[in-house]
Amino acid sequence: MAAKDDRADRVRLTGLGLNLVPLAVTGLILAVLVLVSVLSMVVWIGLPLLLVSLTLTRGLADVHRTIAGQLLGEPIPRPYLPTPASQGVSGITRRVAVVLRDPATWRDFAWLWLNGVFGLLLALLPAALFLGGLFTLAMPLQLPFLPDDATLHVGLVPVSTPTTAVAAALQGFLLLAAFWVGTPHLIRAHAHLARWLLTPAEKARLAARVAHLSASRADTVDAQASEIRRIERDLHDGAQARLVALGMSLGMAEEALTRDPVQARRMLAEARESTRMALTELRDLVRGIHPPVLVERGLEGAVQALAITQHLPIDVDIHLPGRLPDPLESAAYFAVAEFLANTAKHSGAQRAWVRVNHGNGRLVMVVGDDGKGGAQATAGGGLAGIRRRLSAFDGSMHLLSPQGGPTIVTVTLPLPPTPAGGA
Amino acid sequence: MRVVIAEDLALLRDGLIRLLQAHDCEVVSAVDNGPDLLAALLEQRPDVAVVDVRLPPTFTDEGLQAAITARRRVPGLPVLVLSQHVEQLYARELLSGGQGGVGYLLKDRVFDVGQFVDAVRRVAAGGTAMDPEVISQLLAKQAPSGPLATLTSREREVLGEMAEGRSNSAIAARLFITDKAVSKHINNIFAKLDLPPSPDDSRRVLAVLTYLNG
Repeated sequence: MAAKDDRADRVRLTGLGLNLVPLAVTGLILAVLVLVSVLSMVVWIGLPLLLVSLTLTRGLADVHRTIAGQLLGEPIPRPYLPTPASQGVSGITRRVAVVLRDPATWRDFAWLWLNGVFGLLLALLPAALFLGGLFTLAMPLQLPFLPDDATLHVGLVPVSTPTTAVAAALQGFLLLAAFWVGTPHLIRAHAHLARWLLTPAEKARLAARVAHLSASRADTVDAQASEIRRIERDLHDGAQARLVALGMSLGMAEEALTRDPVQARRMLAEARESTRMALTELRDLVRGIHPPVLVERGLEGAVQALAITQHLPIDVDIHLPGRLPDPLESAAYFAVAEFLANTAKHSGAQRAWVRVNHGNGRLVMVVGDDGKGGAQATAGGGLAGIRRRLSAFDGSMHLLSPQGGPTIVTVTLPLPPTPAGGA
Repeated sequence: MRVVIAEDLALLRDGLIRLLQAHDCEVVSAVDNGPDLLAALLEQRPDVAVVDVRLPPTFTDEGLQAAITARRRVPGLPVLVLSQHVEQLYARELLSGGQGGVGYLLKDRVFDVGQFVDAVRRVAAGGTAMDPEVISQLLAKQAPSGPLATLTSREREVLGEMAEGRSNSAIAARLFITDKAVSKHINNIFAKLDLPPSPDDSRRVLAVLTYLNG
């Protein structure tokens, strides 16, 4: 099974290498086109030509980003600065100016040349090694077709007799071995080369990062402010009001104590009821801010406690590196709670499941159900709120919910680099 | 009745001591953290312990863990757990040994002194006292799974009352049915949950445990 997979892998990678060859050649043509357009900028035609050739270059670079990203198992982001979408001659000039000032343009240009030489070599090598290996291996069969007095130099062996032909053929094994061992490395080297030049330059990456952080910080501050407003309102209308009522009942009971003991007793009963209601409201409020079971049991226990109170059976499987930091734990818990609440309310599911695992410095949570699907993260809805909350931790949420189901939500959260403390 | 109390807030601890002393209880030990609680439970072997879930030093479920550990070493050691919030999960863990003598109540229940003292006595006698909040969570489930699915809604109601710790006559009064009807329901419950004949008390505990696991 594994051997078959290995073989399929070599075939696939060799084929990929061959596909990269026309791409590299196209790249060389584009590189020349860019050069020509730059030189012809003195005449008017250079500008639109440059814009076209650079746009094509970006398209080609995107193809390479996709291929290399898939090979390396990690997408390569586009590095380009946004271009103004303006019309007319002045518009073209401005766009060309922006594109030419973008360092990513010049990295693309360097890539075209580099890929045309080294990239091409790396891409061709697997097929060359394989065919060369076969050809060398077949040396004894080719011998009869050689002119009698000719000596063919195959590798280190001059071939003229059957014995030397067999000796030469042995080298074929070496070539095939090199093909077998080398192919994955060669193609990966190509992908690394692509990533090196096509990934955003540090400055562009930082600019994108700053933009993301500003947006997520603004979101977080907004969300926090409205959360605090909600808590204030709940306390004001809830527990505080209850305590006022409690104080009043107690005051009236005190007054009535000697004059009307029956009345006093009723007031005391009312005071007790007010206290109980205040506690219930505070308890609900606390649950919404930070559930006590989360403090006591961490994410695993809290999700289990949540799951057994749901109306449908929920399968829980959680593997954690220990207790998570408080803010992360809370964000993760509320995400799962929101998903399960949606499942209970809208999905009509018979069962649901929660899987949490970690690895590569990330926490991955998957919540799914067998319901009717069609869930959407509408603006201002619960799911949008969860997405916003997760983005403060650089987390992401992916919702898959086709009509007819099932619904699967995947959340990825980066874990802090220092190992979390004991369980 | 000899009682151990574990509560870290001095105000509440003193209140509990006073309340229980006023009802013929002897408080043999009042502690404010998990390790002391475990030691007191194992040394004093009280008739009943009243335990707060959250205790120092970790301020997590220290009290609950100490109670569960003590009950593992001394099966059936009566423990009444108090908390600001109730979790079905904790109720399940407390009863998981299949032994009675377990109570799990919201702290608010202390307000009704008479009922609270009743619950303490019931737990000391090997019964159960599950908070109505836990029971209402369970009753809210529309589709119980496993053996519970075979119970009629009336039988589930009776089982809920049993979990709260009510006697047959108390259940009859609450549901406006006769004592005889209650015993009939209870026998049906035992049969449907496939509980082998044994002393009535331990069957009741097993039935409640099945209920919590449902």
